Amino acid sequence: MRTKVVFRRLLRNKQARYGSIALVLLVGLAYIGPYFGPYDWTEKDFLAFLSGPGPDHWWGTTSIGADMYAVTLRGMQKSIIIGLLVALISTGLAAIVGAFAGYFGGWIDKVLMWGVDLLLVLPSFLIIAIVSPRLREGASWLWFVALLAAFSWMVTSRVVRSMTLSLREREYVLAAVYMGIPRWKIIFRHIVPNLSSLLIIDATLNVSGAIIGEAALSFFGFGVQPPDVSLGTLIAEGSRNATGYPWLFAFPAGLLVALVLSVNLIGDGLRDALDPGSNS
Amino acid sequence: MSILEVKDLTVTFPGGIEAVRGVSYEVERGEVLGIVGESGSGKSVTSLAVMGLLPRNATVSGSVRLHGQELLSMKEDELVKVRGRAISMIFQDPLSAFTPVFTIGDQIAEAVRIHQKVSKDQAARRAVELLDLVGIPNPALRAKAFPHEFSGGMRQRAMIAMAVANDPDLLICDEPTTALDVTIQAQVLEVLKTAQRETGAGIVMITHDLGVIAGMADRVLVMYAGRPVEQGLVDDIYYRPRMPYTMGLLASIPRVDGEEGPLVPIDGNPPSPAALPPGCPFAPRCPMKVDMCDDEEPPLTSFGGGRHVACIRAHEIEHKGMTGADVFPVPVIPPSDVVRVPRAERATVLELDGMQKHYPLMKGAVFKRRVGTVFAVDGISFDVAEGETLALVGESGCGKTTTLQQIMRLEAPQAGRVVVLGKDSAGLDKSARKSLRADLQIVFQDPMAALDPRMPVGDIIAEPLRAHGRTDARAKVTELLRLVGLAPEHAERYPQQFSGGQRQRIGIARALALEPKLLVLDEPVSALDVSIQAGVINLLEELKNRLGLSYLFVAHDLAVVRHLADRVAVMYLGRIAEIGTVENVYDSPAHPYTQALLSAIPLPDPEMERTRKRILLEGDLPSPADPPSGCRFRTRCPKFARLSEAERQRCVNEEPSVARLANVADHGAACHYAEEIEVITASDNQEEQ
Repeated sequence: MRTKVVFRRLLRNKQARYGSIALVLLVGLAYIGPYFGPYDWTEKDFLAFLSGPGPDHWWGTTSIGADMYAVTLRGMQKSIIIGLLVALISTGLAAIVGAFAGYFGGWIDKVLMWGVDLLLVLPSFLIIAIVSPRLREGASWLWFVALLAAFSWMVTSRVVRSMTLSLREREYVLAAVYMGIPRWKIIFRHIVPNLSSLLIIDATLNVSGAIIGEAALSFFGFGVQPPDVSLGTLIAEGSRNATGYPWLFAFPAGLLVALVLSVNLIGDGLRDALDPGSNS
Repeated sequence: MSILEVKDLTVTFPGGIEAVRGVSYEVERGEVLGIVGESGSGKSVTSLAVMGLLPRNATVSGSVRLHGQELLSMKEDELVKVRGRAISMIFQDPLSAFTPVFTIGDQIAEAVRIHQKVSKDQAARRAVELLDLVGIPNPALRAKAFPHEFSGGMRQRAMIAMAVANDPDLLICDEPTTALDVTIQAQVLEVLKTAQRETGAGIVMITHDLGVIAGMADRVLVMYAGRPVEQGLVDDIYYRPRMPYTMGLLASIPRVDGEEGPLVPIDGNPPSPAALPPGCPFAPRCPMKVDMCDDEEPPLTSFGGGRHVACIRAHEIEHKGMTGADVFPVPVIPPSDVVRVPRAERATVLELDGMQKHYPLMKGAVFKRRVGTVFAVDGISFDVAEGETLALVGESGCGKTTTLQQIMRLEAPQAGRVVVLGKDSAGLDKSARKSLRADLQIVFQDPMAALDPRMPVGDIIAEPLRAHGRTDARAKVTELLRLVGLAPEHAERYPQQFSGGQRQRIGIARALALEPKLLVLDEPVSALDVSIQAGVINLLEELKNRLGLSYLFVAHDLAVVRHLADRVAVMYLGRIAEIGTVENVYDSPAHPYTQALLSAIPLPDPEMERTRKRILLEGDLPSPADPPSGCRFRTRCPKFARLSEAERQRCVNEEPSVARLANVADHGAACHYAEEIEVITASDNQEEQ
């Protein structure tokens, strides 16, 4: 019944509606858009280096003559997947680890929080530097998503744990225990839904964080490697010449903003749909 | 000459919320005016407006005159001189009313020095005098204590000491005893009476407890939806109410001297101040409603003899001499089949035998060491037969809740035995425990906290069904909602869309989903308003009879217990002081603690309150970490004080166990010198019936 009620509330929610439409359009643009462009992302136009947007190159060209339109959309395909996956994995991990540690307490809490603290104090940079040479070949972007997620969930899980500590004393949790419901089910049914506002905000923040963070990691020769591109690498490169050649920066940055905004709208809508206190 | 004169006071909050809509009253010197009303009726806002303590965004109009001097138009710096000197206020929660970082003595001395030109030493001496006046033992020593070192009752006394520090002309008490236990409440009310005698002040007493008002007030003002609906002398209001709301309120409260039979509930809920009905605000709930009631709100009209009533049918009620039971439909509750069988032949659903729960008292951050033991529950035994309600009563800290938790856990207790439906909790494996849980369910005290706010009601009720693998959850939810008096369409709403009483009904529906045999009720009505409470009590009684349930009922309200329970166990400091059938324990209590407890309960009957003699207990509950030797009650026992030295030795050295009293079958008390006496005299009208 909860799924049905939440879904209906979600459909009625304006923000969620506009957000989903925007996200569908953006995904459509990323995957279908390249077929309509005059150039492929690997093609180079040696007659037009750093030329501005025009009828031939819609969004201009880069310093090596690649078509910005094709390159940006190619980058966006990667970034949408990386952003959404990292956000889901990292927030999910934070929720599960935090809620289990907080709810069970005792040695489970000690072990999990020890792990969290360890990951917090270990410089992620160092770990990635050590691990990356071994993972470079094959489907490295999946590893990449896993690594990004692995280093971005700890702070949230600490917050989730402390909120769980107060939630587990509530009478409805006790009532569930006295009904004979297994504890892991109580966590997923009563604890996590009551943390959903926090988790949704965290997930939407993680989407943009992952897309930008991926660029930083790519710099260390990990993840998306040239000539392949992502929104993050495009923004990183474009920002250096943002004043001289604004199209190098504006299109990828604008798409990132649009992507994050649409995810935020969906998140807000979902939060309202899950929270019986909101009337919107 | 009246001290305080309030005329047409209205308070409006932003968003057009009219919290108070035209309140007028006067308080004379030495008079106690009681203001009664349910939560949201505007009684507290009225008094805050008089004190000028409302937030800035509230719009106040009308007139409040103290000794003829208008307070509403007064500037803040002038008002400061009046507050605490001419008017002072006693708040509900004495812990938040004191600053935690200063000693009690300093805070009282500060109140003295703000309004009087005295030296620091004099003020400190005055503080000690005041603490002595309100009956704090060792006042000179206790004045140096911090608020957290005081118990709740002592804090409220200190609050009273502070309030009377400057001989105020008017004392406003906002629910002064609501947060306290009954025996402590009786002490504090006694102190309030002393304080009033000493200062000769007028008192405005705000409370929802009709018993407290009956004992304290000279005149009563009944508020509903931000307006006074009836006003008059206390006897008139209690014995000859003329407004259906007052009548319903008086008929709906369970009485500790009460008769059997269902209570008279008032249907519906108080209106929200943002959406008042047209016409009389009580009309939607009123059984005497006629079409004219919806036309306009009846004004508070004089009725002669200082009475004011806001009802267009008041004269008719007067003429016909109607009472609440005539006006409101009395529900019919079908009798139970189970109770026809004698108790001894019925099956036992729950048995506790010497159950213990001790908590270790730990100290130290890194290396924890045990520094003591809290004897939360220290060997209690009782049993509940099929179709029976056993009530566990006692003040806070006596171990009732711990007992419930131990039973609900279905694990082996530290010592003793817990046997549920013939199965010893120590010998249960995982699957047996789970299947036993279907027969043992609980209803919690706070209907807000007991329901997951993020779950639709249908899911909440279906949760136990699904957990135990029932497939027909959907149909069953509809049936359960109907059973507790809610509509099946409500299944898709969230808990917060319901009122307190409805939420409690949802909690009951969830507990009944698996058709349990034993239901544990943890203060199921104490968080509800009086008019809602009666409906829930009736529902519990009806369900018990219809479904053949047994209840283990925990409460501190002895009037509710008398109404609902068949047997009662009185707990004190983790042990049972007295146990027996409700009739035996209430009519002839044998343990001095039970006697004091029963005599401390205020009755909603002014005549009886005036003539009644109270057994007042000294001091507070001792800490369960350090219970007295021998009989635990001896430190506060009025009987112990009267015993000879030789007799006392037995109380000090030997812990009494529950012994059956000679003349009746089902009545036992844990006292060496148990002696049955009558504490509550049956009211006259009851005897007539």
